[in-house]
Amino acid sequence: MIVNLIDSLRNRLGLIKLAGFAIIILLVANDWLLVSKEHAHTSMEQIPGFWSIFGIAASVVLIIASKCLESLGIAKREDYYDK
Amino acid sequence: MINNLWIHPALILIFGAILMPLVPKALKKTYLLIVPFLTFAAVFSMQGLNGTYGIVSFLDTPLIFGRVDSLSMVFAYIMSLMCVIGTIYGLNVEEDCQHMAAWLYAAGSLGVIFCGDYLVLFIFWELMAFASVFLVWFRRTPQALASGYRYLIVHTAGGMALLAGLVLRYQATGGDLSFGPVGVDAPSISTYLIMIGFLLNAAAPPLHAWLPDAYSEATFNGAVFLCAFTTKTAVYVLARGFAGMEILIPIGVCMALYGIVYALLQNDARKLLAYDIIAKVGFMVAAVGIGSELAINGVCALAFAHILYKSLLFMGCGSVLHMTGTCQLTELGGLYKKMPKTLIFTLVGCLSISAFPFFSGFTTKAMIMSAMFEEHKTVYAFLLMAASAGTFLVAGLKLPYYIWFGKEQPGTEANRKAADPPLNMQIAMAIGAFLSILLGCYTPWLYKMLPFPALAAQYHAYSAYHISETLQVLACTGLVFYLFSKMLAPSPCLTIDMDWFYRIIGRSILWFAKKPVQTLDNNVGEGYRTVGLIPLMATARFSSWFDWNIIDGVVDGLARTVRGTGDLVRNFQSGRLQSNIFLSVAVVAVLITIFVFA
Repeated sequence: MIVNLIDSLRNRLGLIKLAGFAIIILLVANDWLLVSKEHAHTSMEQIPGFWSIFGIAASVVLIIASKCLESLGIAKREDYYDK
Repeated sequence: MINNLWIHPALILIFGAILMPLVPKALKKTYLLIVPFLTFAAVFSMQGLNGTYGIVSFLDTPLIFGRVDSLSMVFAYIMSLMCVIGTIYGLNVEEDCQHMAAWLYAAGSLGVIFCGDYLVLFIFWELMAFASVFLVWFRRTPQALASGYRYLIVHTAGGMALLAGLVLRYQATGGDLSFGPVGVDAPSISTYLIMIGFLLNAAAPPLHAWLPDAYSEATFNGAVFLCAFTTKTAVYVLARGFAGMEILIPIGVCMALYGIVYALLQNDARKLLAYDIIAKVGFMVAAVGIGSELAINGVCALAFAHILYKSLLFMGCGSVLHMTGTCQLTELGGLYKKMPKTLIFTLVGCLSISAFPFFSGFTTKAMIMSAMFEEHKTVYAFLLMAASAGTFLVAGLKLPYYIWFGKEQPGTEANRKAADPPLNMQIAMAIGAFLSILLGCYTPWLYKMLPFPALAAQYHAYSAYHISETLQVLACTGLVFYLFSKMLAPSPCLTIDMDWFYRIIGRSILWFAKKPVQTLDNNVGEGYRTVGLIPLMATARFSSWFDWNIIDGVVDGLARTVRGTGDLVRNFQSGRLQSNIFLSVAVVAVLITIFVFA
């Protein structure tokens, strides 16, 4: 059953991508229009979709940081310590 | 516990481990279930009975084995529960010694959690290090053997720092070894040494490399125990002794970011999870540094949830390793067809660690974030939020994608062997998955156990703002994963970390012993042979010649005569029975002939 479900989802990748984008837009709209920000920790969070921007920025920075570290030479062949 | 009779839960595990070889094979599986369950029952029965138990006088010093309070209880509860889950997971392992090592390791952790003084703490601390290394060694590969030795050496160094700290503390306090808040306002050298000992076990950089090194080499079930006990016991002792120690906040934040950045580069699934442990323990260490009631509640809650979901993820990856023989992401892919149940359980772990609503991470990590913002540690709080996004990227997306989805590799041996693991392993994962969802949906179960239950009762994780904030971060992180998927694809490589230093130091020592020291030794030996031994032998040969030819030859030839006679006799005394009999009979025959005919 699970296998069939996953297979059918894999056959509809375009639809899933569309749903993903729709979810992000809905979440930002919800944050902008509906959610009360009285529990916000800082004033920055009043910006509509603040946490969406934060999520994108944080992930990109982390990926770039890891790639920078990799380019500094910390990634070695798997038999590096065996030699 | 019955009235005044207090049974230390660690004792049940220790005796259980010692008696295990005597248990008949037919009863072994029942025994393996009963002992951890009794341990959990012993802990469970102590709830609400706070006090000090198990005081033993040793050399006029009272040793406290049983301090029962809300902080020790919440950790003991989850550790003993984890012991039950971990043992069920490894039930198909036939080797007694693997279960014995795991139980002694868990006993060490429970011993530390209930101890009331540094001496008892140190004993159980070392028991943990000693027992846990066997969970690595029992993998029995050359890499595991080497990794185990490195693990032991690093933990011995940490133990030394702790011992030095407590000796200095003993001197400074005039013999007081009781373990409690260390006085973070005026830290001394002993405070820092003890903290270093604790932080090494919490895997804080730069003292962290032992963790990914050992956990990725451990046995498939050993890693499930390892991922739970050492680091979270360290979090417990930090929460007990160092709450409010400000330096722990930046250390914790560094751990969180360092762990995630390294996890992003890993190809070995268990190494990836190991780096993620460092990241998550970083959250807890930072919260200990905050030290407020909400933060300490958050530490306990996150540790509790983390043990469940992280062990669930290690069980999922352990199942992949057990069934396919590999955990390398580049060798796996598309396993959902062959391991669908494992996929479902692991996905619950992935959703929990990523803090999706209705899963355990959501209701626990939020406390730490709230405590951070409440104490106006805004920059640190945002950095931890970034690490949260990274956790989803690493453990929520990269890990399941490249194992279960991704590109199927039909021709490989791993793919051919892949199947859902034995039933006991599935049951253990199902328990972990169920409890992770329970923690996310029914908060009072855990919140009532926390050190400050009244405060926890007022805490509402499910506010509209918190849900919106979390979902936005998660959804957008998912978007980044989709856009950067090529950059995130694993490649067959290893990353060098702080272990490079001691691996290189080890090799340098070996080179130094092999090359300069051994060469020097050889040269000294050769020199002695040339300068000392050869002239000595020549002198000896000359003395012998002089004695033989000059002294003996000139004086009376006695030695030569004795030797000649000796040679003659020796010819007769050949030692061969037939010759002796022949010679004797011949002599007797000659004598009889002479006697008759003479």
